[in-house]
Amino acid sequence: MRKYLIYSLILIATFAFIAFFFFKSQARPFRFGLDLVGGTELIYRADTSAVSDKAGAMDSLKEVIERRVNLFGVSEPLVQTEQGGIISGNRDDRLIVELPGVTDIEEAKALIGQTPVLEFHLVEQELFVPTGLSGRFLKHASVGFNQTTGAAVVNLEFDEEGKKLFAQITKEHKSEVLAIILDGNLLSAPVIQDEITDGKALITGNFSPEQAKSLVRNLNYGALPVPITLLSSQTIGATLGEVALARGISAGLIGFVALSIFLIFWYRLPGLVSVVALISYIVLSLTIFKLIPVTLTAAGIAGFILSIGMAVDANVLIFERSKEELKKGKSIHDALHEGFHRAWASIRDSNIASIITALILFWLGTSAVKGFALTLGIGVLISMFTAITVSRTFLFAIVPSNESKLKRFLFSNGLHVHN
Amino acid sequence: MFIIKYKKIWYLLSIFLLIVSLLVMSFRGFNLSIDFTGGTIMEISYENRPVKELLESKIGQSGTSVRTSGENNYVIRTKEPIKVNLGGEVIRENTIGPVAGAELASKARIAMGVVIIMIVLFVTFAFRKVSKPVSSWKYGLVTIIALAHDVIIPTGFFVFLGKEIDLLFITGLLAILGYSVHDTIVVFDRIRENLHLSANEPFEEIVGRSVNQTFARSINTSLTIFITLLALYLLGSTATQNFSLLLIIGLIAGTYSSIFVASPLLVTFFSLQSKKGQV
Repeated sequence: MRKYLIYSLILIATFAFIAFFFFKSQARPFRFGLDLVGGTELIYRADTSAVSDKAGAMDSLKEVIERRVNLFGVSEPLVQTEQGGIISGNRDDRLIVELPGVTDIEEAKALIGQTPVLEFHLVEQELFVPTGLSGRFLKHASVGFNQTTGAAVVNLEFDEEGKKLFAQITKEHKSEVLAIILDGNLLSAPVIQDEITDGKALITGNFSPEQAKSLVRNLNYGALPVPITLLSSQTIGATLGEVALARGISAGLIGFVALSIFLIFWYRLPGLVSVVALISYIVLSLTIFKLIPVTLTAAGIAGFILSIGMAVDANVLIFERSKEELKKGKSIHDALHEGFHRAWASIRDSNIASIITALILFWLGTSAVKGFALTLGIGVLISMFTAITVSRTFLFAIVPSNESKLKRFLFSNGLHVHN
Repeated sequence: MFIIKYKKIWYLLSIFLLIVSLLVMSFRGFNLSIDFTGGTIMEISYENRPVKELLESKIGQSGTSVRTSGENNYVIRTKEPIKVNLGGEVIRENTIGPVAGAELASKARIAMGVVIIMIVLFVTFAFRKVSKPVSSWKYGLVTIIALAHDVIIPTGFFVFLGKEIDLLFITGLLAILGYSVHDTIVVFDRIRENLHLSANEPFEEIVGRSVNQTFARSINTSLTIFITLLALYLLGSTATQNFSLLLIIGLIAGTYSSIFVASPLLVTFFSLQSKKGQV
């Protein structure tokens, strides 16, 4: 068992090291949500004068900005449309963007600022006439090169709705000029040659390959359906405040202590090992939350506390299995070995099901669902590592080579004593 | 094994709760929160800003958010327009859209559909070697029946209590979904193992023994989760109290279904197909 003793020491040293840096690190503090610490509010005015479907344009504006400021679903922003003019009667469309914390305001402004506005206007008697077609209907953009000149071009592909609109415009306005306008600047003004039904368009501007690449990247993040201007930025307070945070932390601590008492009472020495494994689960998870970073809201903290209770499941499975083997009269070492071996299939399959769920929800869900899926997936992976690898190493390091009644008692569990 | 023997009693209890839940949902309807409906936003400027709690109690609507803005202002979001006078000078009073719009609803529906299909496929695959006597896709089907059970009953309970359905509620249901599938598979895994070990034993007895053997684990895992949820319910922030209540109900439903519904259903499927075989 010397091998496991050495591994255990290495593991303990590693976790102590991670925990030390985790608590010391001021450079990467925890991020807390709008509900706990407040943040900054940016209010944009949206110019919807050129679109007919104002509500639809505002919805898609909200989606694009939300995706941009909450790429992985764990940044916990609040993005909401606001409509003024209840009193005055003048419709005024706005977008509220609230971001937790105050550190990234300039970055956030820049991020939102990078989101392009792509519009297609017809030119009639020296005047630009909006067509209703915009970056909102974009499915995908890619960089291409002109066959003859070798200049960089941007290929656009519209979605189903955009395809129809584009076909209609090109059919009804043959041999007219269709201006392509990016962020208010004329990019190119080609003459419509023929009806285009495949939903594909090409922008030939004077792009350098780098410009084309960055435009394509920004377009693929999402193009704004309408131009926006920043009205105001303001710091805002928390909805729940410090009290909620303190209560969340104390619930977590008390829950953990109660859980530990139960585990040690019921599973004895292996129970103590699972408590150590649980501590490493907590340290590793919180470290990864800091690194990503995951913004912690009251709900996020609650979810994490729930995951602590779920993380011991693999240990419970293993210990119950070992107990069955002990009952059959196997030695402590063999019983533990069998316990790990036989519990593996159910640990593997049940966790694969959870990982499949997490992957699908992350892939298909919107921001709030994405965030849940990401933390669920991380939790499952870490708990598999701590409940299997870590607890196995510690358990085999303390397994006695000779047996006695007391030792069998210490490694057994439940209310009975097995000899 | 009494769990298999009295399976009709367990089914009746589940069916009763499911019907009541569905009736409550269809008659009461969902009390959607401002997250889904949108509402009004009001900004008020004060010379001497009163405490937040005072405004909250004056407004008296659940799901209201009151927060400071800048030096002197409060920004208040409510589902229904505020009728009481809150003093100060009203700077803006506008309507706001939902945080979770149509996109979330449609995407969540698609995601749930794909999750269900993938879980059935995965379980069918994982249990492919024990297709006799019950074909492995039936294990997948039963997993999904248990999942529906575990999601519908807590939802019905919440609607019955008149609780607001907000974004956190959706997250809670997703957590129940994950737990339900996880718990059912652990019990099924033991059936799979015992089918390998003693293929000649009657199917009913194998299922009964497997449930027996995983019983301690099912109860203890539920207990560990229950301990953390109870701490959260009693000590945690008031904002997450409903969330922990929802999960406690989901946990009870999920533990019940994996012991008393899922495994007995396999036996029922088995006797249905052997009846067919005899005809």
